[in-house]
Amino acid sequence: MRRTVTAIVLGLVTAVVSAQDLVITNATLYTGDDTNVIENADIIIENGRIKRIGQDLAVPEGVEVIDANQQPVTPAFFAGATVSGLVEVSAVSESADSDYEALYTELMHPEFDVRMAYNPHSSLIRITRIEGFSYALLTATSGDRSISGQGGLVRLDGGYDSFEGKPALFVDLSGYSADNVGGSRAAHWMLLGQAFDELERGAELELLSPRGRTALRDVANDGIIVFNVNRATDIMQVIKFAKAHSVQAVIHGGREAWIVADALAEASIPVMLNALDNLPANFDSLGSRLDNAALLNAAGVTVMFSSGETHNARKVRQLAGNAVANGMPKQAAIKAMTTTPARIFGGRERSASEGKVADLVLWTGDPLDVASVAQQVVINGKPDPMISRQTLLRDRYMDRSPLPRAYSIPD
Amino acid sequence: MRGVTTLISLAMAASAAIAEPFPSTYKPLPSNPTVFTGATILTGDGNRIDGGNLLVANGIIGWVGTGEIPDNALMIDASGKWITPGIIDVHSHLGVYPSPDVRAHSDGNEATAPVTAEVWAEHSVWPQDPGFTRALAGGITTLQILPGSANLFGGRGVTLKNVPATTYQAMKFPGAPHGLKMACGENPKRVYGSRSKAPSTRMGNVAAYRTAWIKAQNYIDEWAAFEASEKDDKKPPKRDLELETLAGALKGEILVHMHCYRADEMMTVLDMAEEFGYRVGTFHHGVEAYKIADELAANGVCGALWADWWGFKMEAYDGIQENIALVDRPEGSCSIVHSDSDEGIQRLNQEAAKAMAKGNAAGLSITPEHAIRWITANAAKSLGIDDKTGTLSAGKMADIVIWNQNPFSVYAKADQVYVDGALIFDRGNKAMQPVTDFELGQLLEVSP
Repeated sequence: MRRTVTAIVLGLVTAVVSAQDLVITNATLYTGDDTNVIENADIIIENGRIKRIGQDLAVPEGVEVIDANQQPVTPAFFAGATVSGLVEVSAVSESADSDYEALYTELMHPEFDVRMAYNPHSSLIRITRIEGFSYALLTATSGDRSISGQGGLVRLDGGYDSFEGKPALFVDLSGYSADNVGGSRAAHWMLLGQAFDELERGAELELLSPRGRTALRDVANDGIIVFNVNRATDIMQVIKFAKAHSVQAVIHGGREAWIVADALAEASIPVMLNALDNLPANFDSLGSRLDNAALLNAAGVTVMFSSGETHNARKVRQLAGNAVANGMPKQAAIKAMTTTPARIFGGRERSASEGKVADLVLWTGDPLDVASVAQQVVINGKPDPMISRQTLLRDRYMDRSPLPRAYSIPD
Repeated sequence: MRGVTTLISLAMAASAAIAEPFPSTYKPLPSNPTVFTGATILTGDGNRIDGGNLLVANGIIGWVGTGEIPDNALMIDASGKWITPGIIDVHSHLGVYPSPDVRAHSDGNEATAPVTAEVWAEHSVWPQDPGFTRALAGGITTLQILPGSANLFGGRGVTLKNVPATTYQAMKFPGAPHGLKMACGENPKRVYGSRSKAPSTRMGNVAAYRTAWIKAQNYIDEWAAFEASEKDDKKPPKRDLELETLAGALKGEILVHMHCYRADEMMTVLDMAEEFGYRVGTFHHGVEAYKIADELAANGVCGALWADWWGFKMEAYDGIQENIALVDRPEGSCSIVHSDSDEGIQRLNQEAAKAMAKGNAAGLSITPEHAIRWITANAAKSLGIDDKTGTLSAGKMADIVIWNQNPFSVYAKADQVYVDGALIFDRGNKAMQPVTDFELGQLLEVSP
């Protein structure tokens, strides 16, 4: 009882402190849901949430107004599966925490959770956010075990605990990763099968610690397993495994997913892909093609985008644009960039509609075109200052100065 | 008489040192005189012509704007389309790090010694790399294949016409000078330092470059002494492949392409070039080039840069998306968008579009007719082929791209690509979309 009261009081305090109202007028609003586009939209934001969307709404007195001038406004975008916030400089190993190798146990570690290492003060967070991104899938990357570890959705709002949604477990089953299990990807399936056996009936060969069992059980019951696979036949194995163990799978990579699109649609398994992948980069991906996203979408498969980039996670917008250029309907691509990942990974609803948190972006033009940039990002209903380490470096060197640049320090 | 002897000796020396082995066997594909009408033409030299016409005949550009139409010319209505020079990538590893990316194909870095000026990238090029065909679909007509950056002197680069061929010789751009790939910074010192060999530091890098240049100077002197000698029994110095390349760079016959990220290191390299009397043609990657944009322009050095790569290593930590636009800003600059990527090379127009958008958002006024230079004329200058390609002007090679719309957009596609006046890619005609041997017959059971 006492607990409940405290929670309510805290909630009230938060609401008052964060109360900052904002109105965006004359927007071409991409809602990210089935509504698609609302022309001439006025968006009234109160206490961080979208209160009203409509035409020619009365603007409350004294509230900050952003005139979109008919430019597009979208829900803030999804940056894909990324290790932004887990890595500062890729080649500086002490600043990189997204995977582990040569750990001093021989177990699998589904309990390895990269969220424990997430740094919201990383320069990458702002650098990504000001390009129009509000959330990402924080990812455990491939180490030397079949199970890479777990992560989940993270809001790029600079909070220490900005996680939401279900646990996502990452499993790398590519031909490359097979070297870690003796050379054959079949060994991955063998070990994964044994790990799941341990959940159900215990086993003599222990692959999981007690904590690991709990973690894997939680994922199996109400989490997502993200399988990093590209080859069509490997995707078919994922479909079988997901069915056999009643787990929700997501394909990450999926270069040949279009070949088995119908089976994926039937199994309701989404694909998170890089829409620029069109080369036979290895023997897992001979079928790579630019219209992978379009073909999957047409077959009824849920598509999301991921660039595989860390520092350049913002590039995922270019992927979506190229998917549209190669046949994916724009509305589907906008959904894939906004509401779909939140829905799949169990995060909060992210459409631009009344009652939702106001994470929005005003674009200088077509939101999926490389010719446009994010003009103003709004996070939790507040205009972002649009400053990052990179904009500060830019500003320092934009203007010529009589003093050394080191004296050019922003206020 | 003596003068004549000297001339002959010089010619012999030249043939020993710099005559072109592995010569180009490139021949343009057959072509028809063609007039494109009603297009938006970005000429590559800063001009834009709306509703413009263009004649291609005998493999070269006949005229741009208006001119006489040959009787047998094919007339192509290009209204609504945009025409640009063929796109040029000055930094590619296609063929030397091809797809599929398997160890057996990893032929781009002779990472066994820090100075390997003797290796030539062309000897690693696998012409069946499917990357060439994908780049073609993105409008790439010319590209320089470079060795990697493990070494201080990585070896010679080669400039290719992006035409399907069974040998690299049949792709070799006729008359293009070789490049010399050099590398600053982290890569060489990491590769050799981790083996407890020199160089393991940046000062070690510079000491090793200078030592090599001194050897090359001596080599030049030996040949000069031989040429000047009037003795009947004079013997030529022993040929040295490494020093031939370095001497060629010192003499300006081979263009220096220097992989370098940090501003301070680039300035060190420019001082070193001053010391040994050679020119740095182009800094590649240069993520901090914006910090010395004025100095680069003043020295006439090109900057071949990425639109948005940064942070993957310490020397890339200060990368900004306005780099290309800021390096472009001073008078006399030479800003280039390069790929260093089998993905980026397919859409260098999009990379340029990103750089233009960021420059304009920062308050610069960059037009498409200006920005197209970053992937055409400036790139041609970097490769020493600007007298042959890179702009749409009468007499130049008819390397052109017909775009379905303004190329500075994610939605733009190269509809047709012409090299030396010959159609070599046509988005609307499967028969004109080359397929490499490697890809032929794969996934036969899969219906597309």
